[in-house]
Amino acid sequence: MSAHEHAEGHDHAHGGAAHGSFRGYLIGFVLSVILTAIPFWLVMSGAIDDKQATAIVVMAFAVVQIVVHMVFFLHMNTASEGGWSMLALIFTLILVVIVLTGSLWVMYHLNANMMPGLHDMREMP
Amino acid sequence: MASIATTSGPEPVFHLEEEHAHAEGSSTMLGFWLYLMSDCLIFAMLFAAYGVLGGNYAAGPAPKDLFDLDLVAVNTAMLLFSSITYGFAMLAMDKGRVAATQAWLAVTALFGLAFLSIELYEFSHMIHEGATPQRSAFLSSFFTLVGTHGLHVTFGLVWLVTLMTQVARFGLIEANRRRLMCLSMFWHFLDVVWIGVFTFVYLMGMLR
Repeated sequence: MSAHEHAEGHDHAHGGAAHGSFRGYLIGFVLSVILTAIPFWLVMSGAIDDKQATAIVVMAFAVVQIVVHMVFFLHMNTASEGGWSMLALIFTLILVVIVLTGSLWVMYHLNANMMPGLHDMREMP
Repeated sequence: MASIATTSGPEPVFHLEEEHAHAEGSSTMLGFWLYLMSDCLIFAMLFAAYGVLGGNYAAGPAPKDLFDLDLVAVNTAMLLFSSITYGFAMLAMDKGRVAATQAWLAVTALFGLAFLSIELYEFSHMIHEGATPQRSAFLSSFFTLVGTHGLHVTFGLVWLVTLMTQVARFGLIEANRRRLMCLSMFWHFLDVVWIGVFTFVYLMGMLR
């Protein structure tokens, strides 16, 4: 019985750490609304003339918002599950970065270098 | 490990104690997190496919002809609201209030349903205009990526209704709390993926 009680107490301590508070959820929500509204406004109004710059700003907002969600909604921290969930997240992020940048980089250069364009046609013998 | 333990000597007691030291389902959250990470990789590949193919319109409609950012903004708001109402359901669950938990779960389900309805309206509108998945590589990758996210939301809703039935029948027992916590992670994770979708697909699409 004592072992069971100990286990329950242990579990509850975990639950308390993993749930967050009303304040935490509210902060996360308000930040998310702001971080969503600004990029939408930027694109819809065309406030920044340069499209490339707008894209970079919008991406930066997305990254910040993902971090906000991770912290306030998914309650990610280095302590949860003895650090294993953070380790899994970091590993996954590394794979995601490799998949995304790798695919985009390779395919961009494939398109740029292998597609028969006007430039290539003129140089053909 | 287990075979070594059984062959090296009569020590089943040792094994049993090891199992009792952990509460039932104590590793469920980590396991579910690992599942979510594998899901994250699926989405990463779909995002990569969209990133590579998203510019190939095959003389068909481009994002600017199809996307309605007002609609997407409303959709994003629905998912964001559903995320915080699920958070409130978890807070009510922590206090052991069954009725409040059920009410917040119901509100979450309604927001989720609104999100799905808007998305299905958008899809049907696009298909009606001739922008079907087979029209161009851009549309194929678009429907695959956004549709997979929508499918996840659909399954999340089915799961949510199932858990509401479970809570109604058995109350906030330990097993139901664990299940609700898993769905919480699933639901918030879908919101994270949607951030990527509305940024990468819709906003960047309008900038192309």
